Amino acid sequence: MVMGFVWVGMLVLSVIACLAKQNLGVLTPAALEGAASAVTLCLSLAGPLCLWSGLARVMERAGLTEKLGRKMRPLFCRLFPQAGRDELALGYLTANVSANLLGLGNAATPMGIAAVKRMGQLSPGPEASDEMCRLIVMNTASIQLLPTTVAALRASLGAASPFDILPAVWITSVVSVTAGLLAAALFGRARRA
Amino acid sequence: MLDLLVPGLMILIAVIGLAKKQDVYSALLEGGLEGLKLLLSIAPALVMLLSAVHMLRASGAIELLTRFFSPVCKLLGIPPETMPLVLLRPFSGSAALAVGADLMSTYGPDSLIGRTAAVMLGSTETTFYTISVYFGAAGIRKTRYAIPAALIADLSGFVMASLTARLLFTPL
Repeated sequence: MVMGFVWVGMLVLSVIACLAKQNLGVLTPAALEGAASAVTLCLSLAGPLCLWSGLARVMERAGLTEKLGRKMRPLFCRLFPQAGRDELALGYLTANVSANLLGLGNAATPMGIAAVKRMGQLSPGPEASDEMCRLIVMNTASIQLLPTTVAALRASLGAASPFDILPAVWITSVVSVTAGLLAAALFGRARRA
Repeated sequence: MLDLLVPGLMILIAVIGLAKKQDVYSALLEGGLEGLKLLLSIAPALVMLLSAVHMLRASGAIELLTRFFSPVCKLLGIPPETMPLVLLRPFSGSAALAVGADLMSTYGPDSLIGRTAAVMLGSTETTFYTISVYFGAAGIRKTRYAIPAALIADLSGFVMASLTARLLFTPL
């Protein structure tokens, strides 16, 4: 629904800008060029994405997600004192975050939803608990060790070394997750006071 | 070192899979098919959005938008050219991908703007989509401070992405 307005907004804005400059002629070729460039982009993305998704499936099969999850348990018991005491919730939580870390977005979402549902059973009501907000922040701030889609995109556009952005991505992710969790902690305390 | 990252990772993952007695090759093919299906599912969105983005760029509207936001951007240290990406990122993953791809091909994937866009894409998420999916599925109607906290995380992500891209890659 929102995207419909965004899309129309983009088109109307282009027409208005062109009307102001009296160069309406550029719009038609630009629209067709854009559509063609999307297909080129998809074709060059297809290879790297296919390769990585295959490797991701192998990681899942080999139980890497579970292994990583087990390592993170102590941290999670601290961040989620209530859910940490519940075996089921803790399992979903660690599975969600480790799938995110490994860049397995498809596997992360169902686990995250299961975690929020289980947390809802632990503290019933239509209101989000502090721990749910924390989980949401950890998911929206994106914590990926290997941002594969972006690397694939860079590779397809001819970057010299597509993965050289990794350190920058890691630093940025750590800072943004920390900022989000701090903000959540502050907001949570403010509401209670 | 970085040259070994991808081949090393490929070997490592495959060897662990074999050691766990998994059918590695069929898992590769299965996952690969999944990846292609995912791409196919976002392909129409990429066509629609890149078409609109090219129109915006040709019309000069992006330039206007960039100029409009440049005082705020300067204050935050964000390259004004990445503003369309910053604005779309929380709402739509495919729109952000389309705008990011456009930035990287316009300015070059190894330019400062291209790298900043890549770091932004790699270290943020589709915030509103994530919130609505997670809370919607769990029947949570009062999100309390989840949205402002998530947006603060996003904003600091954009600022940090600009900063790290600037510090780690001196522009050529």
